[in-house]
Amino acid sequence: METQPNQNLGIVVTGSVEKGTEVRLDSSASVEDMVVGRYVTIEGKKRRFFGMVTDISLGVTDEEITISPPDTSDAFTAEILEGTATYGSLHVLPMLTIAGDAKGIIEGPQPVKTVPSHFSQVKLASEADMEQVFGKEDAARFFIGNPLDMETKLCLNLEELVKRSNGIFGKSGTGKTFLTRLLLIGILQKSKATNLIFDMHNEYGWAGSFEGGKGGVKALKQLFPSKVAVFTLDEENSRHRGVSTDFVVRIGYDEIEPEDIALLRQTLNLTEQAVEAVYQLKRHFGKGWMQKTLDISDADDVETLLQGMNIHESSFANLKRGLATIRRLPFLMPHAQINAVDTILGYLDRGMNVVLEFGRHRDITTYMLVANMLARRIYQRYQEKTEVAMAGKVTPPTPLVITIEEAHKFLNHEIANQTIFGEIAREMRKYNVTLLVIDQRPSAIDEEIMSQLGTKITCLLDNERDIDSVLAGVNGKNDLKTVLARLAPKQQALIFGHAVPMPVAFRPRDWGTAKSYEEFSRGDSPEKKAEKDIEELFG
Amino acid sequence: MSTKIGEIVESNCTEFTAECYELHAIPPLGSLVKVTAPTIEIFGIVCHSGTASIEPGRHPVARGKDETSEEAVYQSSPQLMKLLRSEFQVLVVGHSIDRKIYQYLPSKPAHIHAFVQVCSPEEIKQFSQSFDFLSILVNNRSQIPVEEVMAASLREMSKAQTDPHAFLVAGGKALTIILSGEYHRLKTILARLKQ
Repeated sequence: METQPNQNLGIVVTGSVEKGTEVRLDSSASVEDMVVGRYVTIEGKKRRFFGMVTDISLGVTDEEITISPPDTSDAFTAEILEGTATYGSLHVLPMLTIAGDAKGIIEGPQPVKTVPSHFSQVKLASEADMEQVFGKEDAARFFIGNPLDMETKLCLNLEELVKRSNGIFGKSGTGKTFLTRLLLIGILQKSKATNLIFDMHNEYGWAGSFEGGKGGVKALKQLFPSKVAVFTLDEENSRHRGVSTDFVVRIGYDEIEPEDIALLRQTLNLTEQAVEAVYQLKRHFGKGWMQKTLDISDADDVETLLQGMNIHESSFANLKRGLATIRRLPFLMPHAQINAVDTILGYLDRGMNVVLEFGRHRDITTYMLVANMLARRIYQRYQEKTEVAMAGKVTPPTPLVITIEEAHKFLNHEIANQTIFGEIAREMRKYNVTLLVIDQRPSAIDEEIMSQLGTKITCLLDNERDIDSVLAGVNGKNDLKTVLARLAPKQQALIFGHAVPMPVAFRPRDWGTAKSYEEFSRGDSPEKKAEKDIEELFG
Repeated sequence: MSTKIGEIVESNCTEFTAECYELHAIPPLGSLVKVTAPTIEIFGIVCHSGTASIEPGRHPVARGKDETSEEAVYQSSPQLMKLLRSEFQVLVVGHSIDRKIYQYLPSKPAHIHAFVQVCSPEEIKQFSQSFDFLSILVNNRSQIPVEEVMAASLREMSKAQTDPHAFLVAGGKALTIILSGEYHRLKTILARLKQ
């Protein structure tokens, strides 16, 4: 018999705040119906607790049973021993509590500071319980999926979510991209924030790939044409893919600054001295330093220049080689007619979401260079605008969420302090700019930055270090580890942190079917919105 | 109404011995019997029984050499019916006052010459709603192994139930709790409960 919500699963027998509680499973509940990650409610004497099943074990009252178990043909003895001398037990980690008095009901779920008393009854959480904790789908809450083995809608408060930087992690092929698309749609629909997405693999703007399926799936621009603009670095590639782009990004050499080169030190294989030389050359030549440095070819000119600045010849050669690599990128030109940063900001100011496609330029050098350059300048503008707003003259700029992939390349221990993304992650919402970090190797990301991420969503991870790094500092880390390591390889994820009252393992909602598209776009068309407004106005 | 099968010839707080009115009319091992007194009914489980000479010094001798059957022996020596007697021992496992059953020892033993009756299926059903009596049995030092008595009592009681299998499983579960830490003893009893 399937275990039903509200069925008594068992009773609490031991427990501690730190380690969670041990629940002796009732003989009427089959241990095989239990799964880690399921939600249960514990009816204490004075308060109710919400907890997650984090481990399931089999116990015996007498060790002798394990030494001479009943014969397999002896169903009668086995039936008698089941639930008495042999029993199942659940390890439940209480996470939230609601006091039974009126004050408790008004306050809602609170973090757990105690344990339920002995022999409190444990039941599977019902839909109503989950709704009480996670809330209903409404103006601020976005339905992202269903908790494992439940039909309840798991809703995320996106207003809360975008206030901090967030991370999506998971092994390659576990559904990070799908989750990211979902979250981006959520942000687009339910929060006031706009998105800037550095789309390395061309998956978010137009048709994205669908592993194991035929053809592509729709992406943001197709679902929300009026709210999303697709920018591209590779016009030709976008055209071939049939993408209707809004703007082709070109970057002038004169827009590249020494900091941009410093970041690429590792990828361009530059020496410390070569990077130092960039700053000197910038001082010497001013804005057009890159063009001028590349133009110098005469040996005498080089010698004079280097002597004047005390740069070693080999460092200069090293730098020139590096700059030549950058120059080969087709979207770079001596001077760009239209400033990409201004254009992006223009769109963002109008409340449009911008997806920057990289086309065929999928190498990490390009991605880092462009993402850093653009993000730094955009962040500066936001900083200025916010400071002006603080003076009380104008409204602060709309919150911005910048999505970056392969985040460990930007945010690793060595360069996290230099990239703008490190700063955004640390300074967070002061300037209304936050990050959505997508990565498959969270252990490579700087610890300090990981600790600043408000909400983390993680798909299956199986590297011990990655798991540790994602769960660092979370209450009940060891228990969640069991849940995380047992997620299905696809379409299951664990979310925890600022935007959710307690960690929850869930199955993201459908994507790729006509019905799912319709559900996403519902309420987005102007006609429907007008209808809704009229309804609200006149009741 | 249950019929009387014998009367008490020896009694104490924990057990009593009864003599059968009819030779060999002994209730089965493990069956539930009761003794009715004005204010109390005492319940017990038959834990031992036997037939012997009424005089300790006179040992019965073999008489059937020339007879064709056991019945013929008794027919040719009708005095045997008076010289032999059947007795059974009963372990007290509970009592009832005002129809409420308590599965623990009564405050006083049953009287000598009190009548012993075999409980009806209805009474067995009512008594066997709880398995607390098993814990009285488990600690008793009867002449035959207590495991045999416990298994026999559950088997006998199961005959009165609508679902004997479910009853035996429930009884087995109760035993598992009583005998926790004594797995081999438990196994011995469970092996005797199987149908």
